[in-house]
Amino acid sequence: MKDKIRIGSGQGFWGDLIDAPYHQVTAGEIDYLVMDYLAEVTMSILQKQKNKNPKLGYARDIPELMDRILPICKKKRIKIITNGGGVNPEACADSILEVAKKHNITNLKIALVLGDNILNRIDDVISHDCQLNNMETGESISIIRDKLLSANVYFGAMPIVEALQKGADLVITGRTTDTGLTLAPMIYEFGWYKNNYDLLSAGTVAGHILECGGQASGGNLLADWRSVPDIANIGFPIAEAYPNGEIIITKHESLGGKVSIETVSEQLVYEIGDPKNYITPDCVADFTSIKLEEVGKDRVKVYGIKGLPETEFYKVSCSYSSGYSAVGTLTYSWPDALSKAKKADEILRKRLENLNLKFDEIRTEFVGYNSCHGPLSTDIDEDRINEVMLRIAVRGEDYKSIERFGKEMAPLILTGPPSVTGFAGGRPKPADVVAYWPALIPKKLVEPKVEIVTT
Amino acid sequence: MKKIKLIDIAHGRSGDKGDAANVGIIAYDSKGYEIIDKYLTAERVKKHFEGICLGKVERFELPNIRALNFLLHNTLGGGGTVSLKHDAQGKTLAAALLRMELEINE
Repeated sequence: MKDKIRIGSGQGFWGDLIDAPYHQVTAGEIDYLVMDYLAEVTMSILQKQKNKNPKLGYARDIPELMDRILPICKKKRIKIITNGGGVNPEACADSILEVAKKHNITNLKIALVLGDNILNRIDDVISHDCQLNNMETGESISIIRDKLLSANVYFGAMPIVEALQKGADLVITGRTTDTGLTLAPMIYEFGWYKNNYDLLSAGTVAGHILECGGQASGGNLLADWRSVPDIANIGFPIAEAYPNGEIIITKHESLGGKVSIETVSEQLVYEIGDPKNYITPDCVADFTSIKLEEVGKDRVKVYGIKGLPETEFYKVSCSYSSGYSAVGTLTYSWPDALSKAKKADEILRKRLENLNLKFDEIRTEFVGYNSCHGPLSTDIDEDRINEVMLRIAVRGEDYKSIERFGKEMAPLILTGPPSVTGFAGGRPKPADVVAYWPALIPKKLVEPKVEIVTT
Repeated sequence: MKKIKLIDIAHGRSGDKGDAANVGIIAYDSKGYEIIDKYLTAERVKKHFEGICLGKVERFELPNIRALNFLLHNTLGGGGTVSLKHDAQGKTLAAALLRMELEINE
């Protein structure tokens, strides 16, 4: 057994710093590179791409990234684990095999974790002992059944552990929890038992710290944000894990950013609910048991973690089509910038009313004044404010109304208040609104599958 | 009675959980945690976010990292891509809570 492993975070979301994984595998030593590509909305976008072209449906940054890092990872024996397979891990693996071929990499083992996509068998699932009611509202899925775009079960670490046991160099999954990506190599390397919930929770907490990339190493830091050194060259966080469940969060020395109690604790409270019950498919971690200690420069020890057994359910993330939206902006300058923006909003709303258009919601915000903190924003001095951006957003089921709204924004320039600019982008176009439907499914109704492909 | 600014004793981070926003507030030291634990109640936070948080506010304590976590229900205009808000994910709400002034007994 290894006495420690180093797991580096390479992506916090699809769209994150392209070079981060490259730096993670070249600027120092790591054993595993883990990359999270999937937000809730991402699955529906990928499902749509796959519907149009069966070879799509995964994070298409991956082949380009592999072209850069696969030879390095093969040479340094760094294993890669990512959920970037989206709704098409098979096609994602094919694209990587092509890259491998180009670099003459032989004996590359890619493991696919399949079985999370239940869209095609949703009616069978519902007819079993499982309602897929909305976890938050309790509503029955029947009200959105016809509008479903995607339905994916969140698997945990165990299928990835199986993949590693089968000798995988790369593990490509569909919908897997962000935390499972980081926990899996610890279970595999240290032989942690499935029922040692304190250890599983320790790995889960490490996964939570790593899952948003640079947010744990100086990015988006509210505590003394100016203090972060060389954030332009930020190094993504690394979890140095030990067999006893102790974790040290750190980063490569030569890269920028920082790891401190503040950077780690801000990430710990990010997007959590009840901290005593952090529920994953692997365990229920107790965030109130976490202890933090600075043990060196850019080294924070995370230890003392307790946890409880996993529940009998997987979470299912469904998405469904819910009409259209559009956003338009215009910028008004001094003098009277805010009054002008308010007047323009009034004129536009009057015109929309005259046209008898149908919207579920029209929302006006004044960027530079109150778009972030609403009523908490301090009053504005009209004589001193230089400019305000008027931002109007609409949403509704009627495509034509949303489209017509887009055509009513630009005319405000010539037929509204003066000193206005910022319309270079053209007419706001209607976008599909994809709504999210979280539900639970008994674990016995879903079976993760691990398949291996090789060069 | 003494007035203190929350931003002087704490930092934090916020994000989305569906239509709810999570706002985590972390005290810089243990004295700061005593203050937020005592004075930063769910009711106080609900009142602060009047007009923004339209549902209930839940409070959870993490004394181990000197933090409080608040769940602000019905806050993000539907959440996800449904929300028309500029800050649809509530990313700036931790800063919004740090605007608060607390009246404390010394």
